[in-house]
Amino acid sequence: MGTEIHVESLKAWFGDKQALNDIALDIPDKHTTAIIGPSGCGKSTFVRCLNRMHETLPDTRVQGKVVIGDLDIYGKGVSAVTVRRRVGMVFQKPNPFTTMSIYDNVAAGLKLNGYGSRRELDAIVEKSLRQAALWDEVKDDMKKKSGASLSGGQQQRLCIARALAVEPDVLLMDEPASALDPISTAKIEDLIFELQQQYTVVIVTHNMQQAARVAEFTAFFLMGNLVEFDKTEKMFTKPTDKRTEDYITGRFG
Amino acid sequence: MTRTRFHQGLDDLKQKLLAMGGMAERAVERAVQGFQTRDLNICEIVLRDEANINAIEREVDELAIDLLAMQQPMAVDLRFIIACIKINSDLERVGDQAVNIAERVMDMAGHGRAELNIDLPRMASLTINMVRDALNSFLTADADLASSVLERDDLVDNMNREIFEAADFAMTHHVETHRDALDTLIIARNLERVADHATNIAEDVIFWVRGADVRHHAQS
Repeated sequence: MGTEIHVESLKAWFGDKQALNDIALDIPDKHTTAIIGPSGCGKSTFVRCLNRMHETLPDTRVQGKVVIGDLDIYGKGVSAVTVRRRVGMVFQKPNPFTTMSIYDNVAAGLKLNGYGSRRELDAIVEKSLRQAALWDEVKDDMKKKSGASLSGGQQQRLCIARALAVEPDVLLMDEPASALDPISTAKIEDLIFELQQQYTVVIVTHNMQQAARVAEFTAFFLMGNLVEFDKTEKMFTKPTDKRTEDYITGRFG
Repeated sequence: MTRTRFHQGLDDLKQKLLAMGGMAERAVERAVQGFQTRDLNICEIVLRDEANINAIEREVDELAIDLLAMQQPMAVDLRFIIACIKINSDLERVGDQAVNIAERVMDMAGHGRAELNIDLPRMASLTINMVRDALNSFLTADADLASSVLERDDLVDNMNREIFEAADFAMTHHVETHRDALDTLIIARNLERVADHATNIAEDVIFWVRGADVRHHAQS
């Protein structure tokens, strides 16, 4: 097991307010790592720093080093577009392009990157939809039906397929199942479990049982600090830091 | 403090288990008292009260399963509930051993006493103290006290072996009182089992408090 994401002295601000304090963390490749912590602890900011999305918000700043594979993503001359091709992201609320067909939703990123041949596109769209466990449900009318016509759970899997289509190394997921019913949630969780064979997955979740189910590693954030990072099993049965224990046992505040 | 209902449930579980512990400890004390005084009424009480221990065993299990299913406990809380489930089953067995002892004492009433050069009361008092300290370590979350219980188990085992030899000698040389010697041997065997259950309880307390598995002489 190697390191996919190397984070060093990472700091992030919203205006004057510092949201991340000196984070250092090595995220293993081809595994799922869960990021947990109370609201406002910096966990979403952290993952948004991993694909340079934090800087898209007004009045924000990032300092420190993030290396993904061999790419220093805040290095000189590295464009955010290059980074995001290697680091896909799925959000809490499914956000398909509502006016596009299912097919075009998946193909959108590829078209932006200049994939031309129809055959090539078809193949990648099918592969991505299969990886996202959506192919069987949409294959017959994916060119006619719009992304918006799907259920919430299907839309989320469509967004995962869209993220996978550009063949990233890393998939970031910010509470990908928190707006879904238990069955759709189970599908997404099964999918995450499958995806980690090929991708490094980082998932932000408020649901600790979900972290326990899908992630081999867990990081606990609190007030912009990384408190503890370990195997999930260890974190949830015998955490080292009292603050982790207080949080996961609900003794906080 | 958040999750008030959950923590109330954990408190209830602890109180119930302590109540059960008190009952099991009392049952052993009474059975031993029955042995020392040959008072059959006390033995009857031990037999009668066993049903109460069995009933509370079910209640403890139900409460523990509810908490696991409904509250998704983590870390120290998870370890606590797992420890409770295991302690529950050990305490129920302690109740059974007390019944076994009381039954042997009742059996002895009809037979002549064997001359055994043994100190069963000392073994009994060591065993009962182990149960008491194991329960106190559970009450106060005191892993050091629990460790001291583990250290005493060998003493009781040794005494059980001595009693085995003494009973063997008595049965060989004084055949007419062999039944009393046999009953005494079984009582000693049951006390030794009670000490084993006290040891298990102490190990579960250490698991709960320190997150360490010290069973089978494993170092934490």
